[in-house]
Amino acid sequence: MKLTLVTGLTGLLLLGTIVELLRRRQLREKYGMLWLAVLVVVIPLSLFPRLLDNVAELLGVASGVSLVLFLGIVFLLLVCVHLSWEVSALEEETRTLAEDFALLRAEIDADRAARDELVSTDG
Amino acid sequence: MVNGKRTLIIIPALNESGSIADVVGEVRGELPGVDVLVVDDGSTDRTAAVAAAAGAKVAKLPYNLGVGGAMRLGYRYARDHDYDVAIQIDADGQHDPRYVPKLVDLLDDNDLVIGARFAGEGDYMVRGPRRWAMVMLSAVLSRVAHTKLTDTTSGFRAANRRVIEMFATWYPAEYLGDTVETLVHTARRGYRIRQVPVAMRKRMAGTPSHSPARAMIYLGRAFAVLTLALIRR
Repeated sequence: MKLTLVTGLTGLLLLGTIVELLRRRQLREKYGMLWLAVLVVVIPLSLFPRLLDNVAELLGVASGVSLVLFLGIVFLLLVCVHLSWEVSALEEETRTLAEDFALLRAEIDADRAARDELVSTDG
Repeated sequence: MVNGKRTLIIIPALNESGSIADVVGEVRGELPGVDVLVVDDGSTDRTAAVAAAAGAKVAKLPYNLGVGGAMRLGYRYARDHDYDVAIQIDADGQHDPRYVPKLVDLLDDNDLVIGARFAGEGDYMVRGPRRWAMVMLSAVLSRVAHTKLTDTTSGFRAANRRVIEMFATWYPAEYLGDTVETLVHTARRGYRIRQVPVAMRKRMAGTPSHSPARAMIYLGRAFAVLTLALIRR
Protein backbone atom coordinates (compact mmCIF):
# COMPACT_ATOMS: atom_id res chain seq x y z
CA MET A 1 0.00 0.00 0.00
CA LYS A 2 2.88 2.32 0.88
CA LEU A 3 4.52 1.59 -2.48
CA THR A 4 1.33 2.41 -4.39
CA LEU A 5 1.20 5.72 -2.52
CA VAL A 6 4.80 6.59 -3.49
CA THR A 7 4.42 5.66 -7.18
CA GLY A 8 0.99 7.24 -7.47
CA LEU A 9 2.14 10.52 -5.91
CA THR A 10 5.22 10.60 -8.17
CA GLY A 11 2.98 10.21 -11.20
CA LEU A 12 0.69 13.01 -10.07
CA LEU A 13 3.68 15.26 -9.30
CA LEU A 14 5.01 14.73 -12.83
CA LEU A 15 1.57 15.45 -14.28
CA GLY A 16 1.41 18.70 -12.29
CA THR A 17 4.89 19.72 -13.49
CA ILE A 18 4.04 19.15 -17.16
CA VAL A 19 0.73 21.01 -16.91
CA GLU A 20 2.42 23.92 -15.14
CA LEU A 21 5.21 24.11 -17.75
CA LEU A 22 2.61 24.09 -20.52
CA ARG A 23 0.57 26.74 -18.72
CA ARG A 24 3.62 29.02 -18.50
CA ARG A 25 4.43 28.33 -22.16
CA GLN A 26 7.83 26.92 -21.20
CA LEU A 27 7.22 23.72 -23.14
CA ARG A 28 6.27 23.41 -26.78
CA GLU A 29 2.88 21.76 -27.20
CA LYS A 30 4.27 18.84 -29.20
CA TYR A 31 6.48 17.81 -26.26
CA GLY A 32 3.89 18.65 -23.64
CA MET A 33 1.30 16.45 -25.34
CA LEU A 34 3.81 13.61 -25.63
CA TRP A 35 4.54 13.64 -21.90
CA LEU A 36 0.88 14.02 -20.99
CA ALA A 37 0.08 10.95 -23.09
CA VAL A 38 2.85 9.06 -21.31
CA LEU A 39 1.47 10.05 -17.91
CA VAL A 40 -2.04 8.99 -18.85
CA VAL A 41 -0.59 5.49 -19.24
CA VAL A 42 1.83 5.65 -16.29
CA ILE A 43 -0.48 6.96 -13.55
CA PRO A 44 -3.02 4.08 -13.70
CA LEU A 45 -0.06 1.68 -13.76
CA SER A 46 1.46 3.31 -10.71
CA LEU A 47 -1.80 2.87 -8.81
CA PHE A 48 -2.46 -0.67 -10.03
CA PRO A 49 0.94 -2.22 -10.85
CA ARG A 50 -0.62 -5.61 -11.72
CA LEU A 51 -2.63 -4.18 -14.63
CA LEU A 52 -0.17 -5.44 -17.24
CA ASP A 53 0.37 -8.91 -15.82
CA ASN A 54 -1.87 -10.54 -18.43
CA VAL A 55 -0.12 -8.83 -21.33
CA ALA A 56 3.26 -9.72 -19.80
CA GLU A 57 2.32 -13.36 -19.56
CA LEU A 58 1.24 -13.31 -23.19
CA LEU A 59 4.69 -11.99 -24.21
CA GLY A 60 6.54 -14.41 -21.96
CA VAL A 61 7.64 -11.74 -19.47
CA ALA A 62 7.54 -12.93 -15.84
CA SER A 63 5.81 -9.86 -14.39
CA GLY A 64 4.00 -6.77 -15.62
CA VAL A 65 6.45 -4.57 -13.74
CA SER A 66 9.39 -5.93 -15.75
CA LEU A 67 7.48 -5.28 -18.93
CA VAL A 68 6.86 -1.68 -17.91
CA LEU A 69 10.56 -1.28 -17.12
CA PHE A 70 11.57 -2.67 -20.51
CA LEU A 71 9.07 -0.56 -22.44
CA GLY A 72 10.11 2.49 -20.44
CA ILE A 73 13.77 2.09 -21.38
CA VAL A 74 12.93 1.59 -25.06
CA PHE A 75 10.70 4.64 -24.98
CA LEU A 76 13.35 6.83 -23.31
CA LEU A 77 15.93 5.70 -25.86
CA LEU A 78 13.61 6.70 -28.68
CA VAL A 79 13.02 10.08 -27.06
CA CYS A 80 16.80 10.64 -26.83
CA VAL A 81 17.26 9.79 -30.50
CA HIS A 82 14.44 12.12 -31.38
CA LEU A 83 16.03 14.94 -29.38
CA SER A 84 19.41 14.38 -31.10
CA TRP A 85 17.59 14.64 -34.38
CA GLU A 86 15.92 17.87 -33.31
CA VAL A 87 19.26 19.32 -32.16
CA SER A 88 20.84 18.43 -35.52
CA ALA A 89 18.04 20.27 -37.31
CA LEU A 90 18.45 23.25 -34.99
CA GLU A 91 22.21 23.35 -35.58
CA GLU A 92 21.62 23.38 -39.32
CA GLU A 93 19.18 26.27 -38.88
CA THR A 94 21.52 28.32 -36.70
CA ARG A 95 24.35 27.62 -39.15
CA THR A 96 22.30 29.06 -41.99
CA LEU A 97 21.40 32.06 -39.83
CA ALA A 98 25.06 32.64 -38.93
CA GLU A 99 25.96 32.55 -42.63
CA ASP A 100 23.15 34.93 -43.53
CA PHE A 101 24.28 37.26 -40.79
CA ALA A 102 27.91 37.21 -41.96
CA LEU A 103 26.86 37.82 -45.58
CA LEU A 104 24.69 40.79 -44.56
CA ARG A 105 27.47 42.25 -42.46
CA ALA A 106 29.87 41.90 -45.40
CA GLU A 107 27.35 43.71 -47.66
CA ILE A 108 26.98 46.55 -45.16
CA ASP A 109 30.74 46.89 -44.78
CA ALA A 110 31.18 46.97 -48.56
CA ASP A 111 28.42 49.59 -48.93
CA ARG A 112 29.94 51.73 -46.21
CA ALA A 113 33.41 51.47 -47.75
CA ALA A 114 32.03 52.45 -51.16
CA ARG A 115 30.19 55.44 -49.67
CA ASP A 116 33.25 56.60 -47.74
CA GLU A 117 35.28 56.45 -50.93
CA LEU A 118 32.64 58.50 -52.75
CA VAL A 119 32.68 61.13 -50.01
CA SER A 120 36.46 61.35 -49.94
CA THR A 121 36.70 61.75 -53.75
CA ASP A 122 33.95 64.42 -53.71
CA GLY A 123 35.56 66.36 -50.91
CA MET B 1 40.12 38.06 -63.63
CA VAL B 2 42.19 34.96 -64.33
CA ASN B 3 42.15 33.89 -68.00
CA GLY B 4 39.05 36.00 -68.58
CA LYS B 5 37.12 34.47 -65.69
CA ARG B 6 35.82 36.41 -62.69
CA THR B 7 37.67 34.72 -59.87
CA LEU B 8 37.12 34.76 -56.12
CA ILE B 9 39.74 33.44 -53.73
CA ILE B 10 38.09 32.16 -50.55
CA ILE B 11 40.31 31.91 -47.47
CA PRO B 12 38.69 30.34 -44.41
CA ALA B 13 40.56 31.63 -41.36
CA LEU B 14 40.39 30.88 -37.65
CA ASN B 15 42.72 32.90 -35.42
CA GLU B 16 45.26 33.46 -38.18
CA SER B 17 46.08 37.10 -37.53
CA GLY B 18 49.77 36.13 -37.63
CA SER B 19 49.80 34.97 -41.24
CA ILE B 20 46.61 36.25 -42.88
CA ALA B 21 48.04 39.63 -43.93
CA ASP B 22 50.97 37.96 -45.73
CA VAL B 23 48.71 35.41 -47.41
CA VAL B 24 46.22 38.05 -48.63
CA GLY B 25 49.08 40.32 -49.70
CA GLU B 26 50.77 37.54 -51.64
CA VAL B 27 47.57 36.49 -53.41
CA ARG B 28 46.79 40.06 -54.41
CA GLY B 29 50.38 40.58 -55.55
CA GLU B 30 50.53 37.42 -57.67
CA LEU B 31 46.98 37.68 -59.03
CA PRO B 32 46.16 41.37 -59.47
CA GLY B 33 42.69 40.93 -60.98
CA VAL B 34 41.11 38.62 -58.41
CA ASP B 35 38.94 39.35 -55.41
CA VAL B 36 39.87 37.85 -52.07
CA LEU B 37 37.24 36.90 -49.51
CA VAL B 38 38.49 36.02 -46.04
CA VAL B 39 35.86 34.12 -44.08
CA ASP B 40 36.60 34.69 -40.43
CA ASP B 41 35.28 31.56 -38.74
CA GLY B 42 34.58 33.12 -35.36
CA SER B 43 38.14 34.14 -34.54
CA THR B 44 38.86 35.62 -31.14
CA ASP B 45 41.87 37.56 -32.39
CA ARG B 46 42.10 40.39 -34.94
CA THR B 47 42.01 38.15 -38.03
CA ALA B 48 39.08 40.01 -39.64
CA ALA B 49 40.55 43.47 -39.10
CA VAL B 50 44.02 42.44 -40.28
CA ALA B 51 42.57 40.80 -43.41
CA ALA B 52 40.46 43.87 -44.22
CA ALA B 53 43.49 46.12 -43.80
CA ALA B 54 45.42 43.88 -46.20
CA GLY B 55 42.76 44.54 -48.84
CA ALA B 56 40.54 41.48 -48.60
CA LYS B 57 36.76 41.44 -48.44
CA VAL B 58 35.82 39.99 -45.07
CA ALA B 59 32.81 37.96 -43.97
CA LYS B 60 32.88 37.42 -40.24
CA LEU B 61 30.88 34.55 -38.76
CA PRO B 62 29.43 35.24 -35.31
CA TYR B 63 30.78 31.94 -33.95
CA ASN B 64 32.91 29.04 -35.09
CA LEU B 65 31.29 26.76 -37.67
CA GLY B 66 34.33 24.80 -38.86
CA VAL B 67 35.96 24.89 -42.28
CA GLY B 68 32.85 23.46 -43.94
CA GLY B 69 30.64 26.21 -42.53
CA ALA B 70 33.09 28.90 -43.55
CA MET B 71 33.38 27.46 -47.05
CA ARG B 72 29.63 27.26 -47.68
CA LEU B 73 29.47 30.92 -46.75
CA GLY B 74 32.27 31.56 -49.26
CA TYR B 75 30.46 29.69 -52.02
CA ARG B 76 27.23 31.51 -51.24
CA TYR B 77 29.11 34.78 -51.58
CA ALA B 78 30.60 33.61 -54.90
CA ARG B 79 27.17 32.62 -56.21
CA ASP B 80 25.45 35.83 -55.07
CA HIS B 81 28.16 37.99 -56.62
CA ASP B 82 28.23 36.10 -59.89
CA TYR B 83 31.79 34.75 -59.92
CA ASP B 84 32.84 32.25 -62.59
CA VAL B 85 35.43 30.55 -60.42
CA ALA B 86 35.86 30.13 -56.66
CA ILE B 87 39.17 28.97 -55.27
CA GLN B 88 39.79 27.83 -51.71
CA ILE B 89 43.19 28.58 -50.19
CA ASP B 90 44.39 27.87 -46.65
CA ALA B 91 45.09 30.82 -44.37
CA ASP B 92 48.38 29.42 -43.07
CA GLY B 93 50.31 30.19 -46.25
CA GLN B 94 51.07 26.63 -47.33
CA HIS B 95 49.40 27.06 -50.72
CA ASP B 96 51.30 28.94 -53.38
CA PRO B 97 48.96 31.32 -55.30
CA ARG B 98 51.16 31.02 -58.39
CA TYR B 99 49.42 27.68 -59.04
CA VAL B 100 46.01 29.36 -59.29
CA PRO B 101 46.11 30.05 -63.08
CA LYS B 102 46.98 26.37 -63.61
CA LEU B 103 43.93 25.31 -61.61
CA VAL B 104 41.69 27.78 -63.45
CA ASP B 105 42.96 26.53 -66.82
CA LEU B 106 41.91 22.99 -65.98
CA LEU B 107 38.40 24.18 -65.10
CA ASP B 108 37.71 24.47 -68.85
CA ASP B 109 37.28 20.70 -68.99
CA ASN B 110 36.59 19.93 -65.33
CA ASP B 111 34.19 21.10 -62.66
CA LEU B 112 36.38 20.75 -59.58
CA VAL B 113 40.18 20.94 -59.62
CA ILE B 114 42.26 19.97 -56.60
CA GLY B 115 45.80 21.15 -55.93
CA ALA B 116 47.46 17.99 -54.60
CA ARG B 117 50.56 17.31 -52.57
CA PHE B 118 52.40 13.99 -53.03
CA ALA B 119 51.73 14.18 -56.75
CA GLY B 120 55.27 14.78 -57.97
CA GLU B 121 55.99 18.34 -56.94
CA GLY B 122 57.39 19.41 -53.60
CA ASP B 123 58.75 17.30 -50.75
CA TYR B 124 55.82 16.81 -48.38
CA MET B 125 56.06 13.57 -46.36
CA VAL B 126 53.66 11.81 -43.99
CA ARG B 127 54.14 8.54 -42.08
CA GLY B 128 52.21 6.14 -39.82
CA PRO B 129 48.41 6.02 -39.38
CA ARG B 130 48.04 9.40 -41.03
CA ARG B 131 49.64 7.95 -44.15
CA TRP B 132 47.38 4.86 -44.02
CA ALA B 133 44.36 7.14 -43.79
CA MET B 134 45.52 9.09 -46.82
CA VAL B 135 46.19 5.92 -48.81
CA MET B 136 42.73 4.55 -47.95
CA LEU B 137 40.99 7.82 -48.82
CA SER B 138 42.93 8.15 -52.09
CA ALA B 139 42.19 4.59 -53.18
CA VAL B 140 38.45 4.76 -52.48
CA LEU B 141 37.87 8.30 -53.72
CA SER B 142 39.88 7.71 -56.91
CA ARG B 143 37.51 4.85 -57.71
CA VAL B 144 34.41 6.90 -56.93
CA ALA B 145 35.61 9.89 -58.96
CA HIS B 146 37.07 7.85 -61.86
CA THR B 147 40.29 9.87 -61.70
CA LYS B 148 43.56 9.63 -59.82
CA LEU B 149 43.34 11.50 -56.51
CA THR B 150 46.36 11.38 -54.21
CA ASP B 151 45.59 14.21 -51.80
CA THR B 152 41.91 14.03 -50.94
CA THR B 153 42.10 16.28 -47.88
CA SER B 154 43.74 19.15 -49.73
CA GLY B 155 42.27 22.56 -48.95
CA PHE B 156 43.46 23.96 -52.27
CA ARG B 157 40.64 23.57 -54.78
CA ALA B 158 39.00 25.44 -57.61
CA ALA B 159 35.31 25.20 -58.50
CA ASN B 160 33.43 26.39 -61.58
CA ARG B 161 29.91 27.85 -61.66
CA ARG B 162 28.09 24.52 -61.56
CA VAL B 163 29.98 23.37 -58.48
CA ILE B 164 29.72 26.80 -56.82
CA GLU B 165 25.96 26.57 -57.27
CA MET B 166 25.90 23.14 -55.62
CA PHE B 167 28.28 23.99 -52.78
CA ALA B 168 26.32 27.17 -52.01
CA THR B 169 23.33 25.06 -51.00
CA TRP B 170 25.05 21.87 -49.90
CA TYR B 171 28.31 21.79 -47.99
CA PRO B 172 28.81 19.66 -44.87
CA ALA B 173 30.10 21.38 -41.75
CA GLU B 174 31.26 18.20 -40.04
CA TYR B 175 34.84 17.07 -39.53
CA LEU B 176 36.44 15.97 -42.84
CA GLY B 177 33.06 16.54 -44.50
CA ASP B 178 34.43 19.60 -46.25
CA THR B 179 37.00 17.48 -48.08
CA VAL B 180 36.09 13.79 -48.18
CA GLU B 181 32.31 13.99 -48.27
CA THR B 182 32.21 16.82 -50.80
CA LEU B 183 34.36 14.74 -53.15
CA VAL B 184 32.02 11.74 -52.94
CA HIS B 185 28.97 13.96 -53.37
CA THR B 186 30.46 15.86 -56.31
CA ALA B 187 31.67 12.74 -58.12
CA ARG B 188 28.36 10.92 -57.62
CA ARG B 189 26.50 13.78 -59.29
CA GLY B 190 28.55 13.42 -62.43
CA TYR B 191 30.84 16.41 -62.05
CA ARG B 192 34.35 15.97 -63.39
CA ILE B 193 37.11 16.11 -60.79
CA ARG B 194 40.82 16.50 -61.59
CA GLN B 195 43.91 16.98 -59.52
CA VAL B 196 47.06 18.92 -60.35
CA PRO B 197 50.35 18.45 -58.55
CA VAL B 198 51.37 21.44 -56.46
CA ALA B 199 54.28 22.01 -54.11
CA MET B 200 53.28 22.88 -50.57
CA ARG B 201 55.28 25.23 -48.45
CA LYS B 202 55.97 25.23 -44.74
CA ARG B 203 53.21 26.87 -42.79
CA MET B 204 53.89 30.50 -42.00
CA ALA B 205 52.33 30.13 -38.56
CA GLY B 206 51.00 27.26 -36.43
CA THR B 207 52.26 23.68 -36.24
CA PRO B 208 50.72 20.41 -37.44
CA SER B 209 50.19 17.75 -34.77
CA HIS B 210 52.45 14.70 -34.78
CA SER B 211 51.15 12.64 -31.85
CA PRO B 212 50.62 8.97 -32.83
CA ALA B 213 47.42 8.73 -30.76
CA ARG B 214 45.94 11.64 -32.64
CA ALA B 215 47.00 10.05 -35.90
CA MET B 216 45.14 6.85 -34.98
CA ILE B 217 42.03 8.83 -34.07
CA TYR B 218 42.35 10.62 -37.39
CA LEU B 219 42.49 7.28 -39.20
CA GLY B 220 39.34 6.10 -37.41
CA ARG B 221 37.44 9.26 -38.10
CA ALA B 222 38.51 9.31 -41.73
CA PHE B 223 37.24 5.74 -42.10
CA ALA B 224 33.93 6.62 -40.42
CA VAL B 225 33.42 9.76 -42.51
CA LEU B 226 34.24 7.91 -45.71
CA THR B 227 31.86 5.04 -44.93
CA LEU B 228 29.07 7.44 -44.05
CA ALA B 229 29.66 9.47 -47.20
CA LEU B 230 29.45 6.32 -49.30
CA ILE B 231 26.15 5.12 -47.83
CA ARG B 232 24.54 8.55 -47.87
CA ARG B 233 22.42 9.69 -50.72
